[in-house]
Amino acid sequence: MEDITSRLKSGRVIVADGATGTMLQKAGLPMGTPPERWVLENPDPIRDLQRAYVEAGSDLIIACTFGANRTRLEHTGLADQLVEVNQRAVQIAREAAGDRAYVAADVGPTGELLLAPIGKLTYEQALAIFTEQAAVLAQAGVDVLYIETMSDLNEMKAAVVGAQQAAPGIPIFATFSFDHHGRTNMGVKPEQAAEALQELGVVAFGANCGATLEMTEGAVAKMHEAIPQAALIAKPNAGKPHMVGHEAVYDATPEDMAEYARKFVALGARVIGGCCGSTPEHIAAIAAAVKS
Amino acid sequence: MSDILNQLQEAVIAGDPEQARDLAAQALAANIAPLDAIDQALNPGMQIVGDKYECGDYFIPDLMMAAEAMKAAMGELEPELMARQEQRQILGTVVIGTVEGDIHEIGKSLVATMLSAAGFQVHDLGVDVPVSRFVEQVKATNANVVGLSALLTTTMRNQEAVIEALKEAGLRERVKVVIGGAPASPDWAETIGADAYAENANEAVGVVKQLLEV
Repeated sequence: MEDITSRLKSGRVIVADGATGTMLQKAGLPMGTPPERWVLENPDPIRDLQRAYVEAGSDLIIACTFGANRTRLEHTGLADQLVEVNQRAVQIAREAAGDRAYVAADVGPTGELLLAPIGKLTYEQALAIFTEQAAVLAQAGVDVLYIETMSDLNEMKAAVVGAQQAAPGIPIFATFSFDHHGRTNMGVKPEQAAEALQELGVVAFGANCGATLEMTEGAVAKMHEAIPQAALIAKPNAGKPHMVGHEAVYDATPEDMAEYARKFVALGARVIGGCCGSTPEHIAAIAAAVKS
Repeated sequence: MSDILNQLQEAVIAGDPEQARDLAAQALAANIAPLDAIDQALNPGMQIVGDKYECGDYFIPDLMMAAEAMKAAMGELEPELMARQEQRQILGTVVIGTVEGDIHEIGKSLVATMLSAAGFQVHDLGVDVPVSRFVEQVKATNANVVGLSALLTTTMRNQEAVIEALKEAGLRERVKVVIGGAPASPDWAETIGADAYAENANEAVGVVKQLLEV
């Protein structure tokens, strides 16, 4: 396969994968069990899901390492297996991707506030946490480091700089979650995010998760306006979840996601996938829409 | 309203703890009653902060810094309140936590901070809180409100489990249950028999006040 940076430059859309967490829950991940535990103890459903995404048309499989940084793993009791969780997750994704899809490592937030003087983490501590995870992921052999669902600009910077220090040469994708009045919960504006990420030198950036599809669209539009030449990423939730009885149902259909995928491409998005609530069916619809 | 109280309110709105502490001290030095400082500067200041959040002018850091400024001012006022044998009116007692199986902290802590700034006594049980601990703490603290946070569609079911356990313990009538978290909704509150749903920390303050009629 051509390297992912040249692929991005070609302008052809890269279809990423869909949800991991909500899909593994459907596959029986017990309440309170972090997906990272299944990486170690029950990898088959993860690999099956990722294969289903490849079959659906994903060009990029994101390993199950979202919560595999030290602060998150401390909460879930897996901190002493940090290296193994990250390595195994990449290996599983590689098995599913074969030579048909790129493999990204997933880097999620620490789950702590960096806000001085109230937050529990300093920038330096966050940097150390991200550097540690990125070093393991780089060694595991990934095509790209994908930092996602960030709300805080400083935490994002720590994640990007940590990745650049520990994994020089591995391209970085980076996305924020826009949840409140078009900005992140911490108040980061899309254009501000775009400028900061451009300056940090990540190869693609954009929006994932997010309150609604519309809010993600608005954020991508503002980023496109700010840096028209940027390769953008759109990886929104499948709309909002509603509880039907005791089942969570996300309200965006595969067709809805496909329609938005076309809008995202028009706004400069070159990496498109799904976050919470999206399924292989959503990805198939997105792939059909953007590859035709 | 005096200039000092005006400035104190502004310091809360601006989220400036040092300034707020300083102005609270100045207010006392100018013989302003501490309860007046609370009622005329701190409370309305936080109200404005909440409104600014609601309309998208303010974001989480602004809320947290405003609450921090409020806390700094209260730190100055409290010794004087004690000396006068007065206290700030406690609007109610809240037990709050993120339900078992769920380790998401930031939203829940923000709700706790805002309720506390609004004058509630808040017992924050943290994250991944077992059902039984909510029940114990409601008993131990005589709480009249329980706040249940869940960020995952799976752990939301533990919001229901806490409500059921409160019923079994004969405590359900004594407390109002408010739920929150990204996937929660008014419908879900109704399904599980919660008293209310709050979308964010600011709304939570309004919802709790309304439920307790304070």
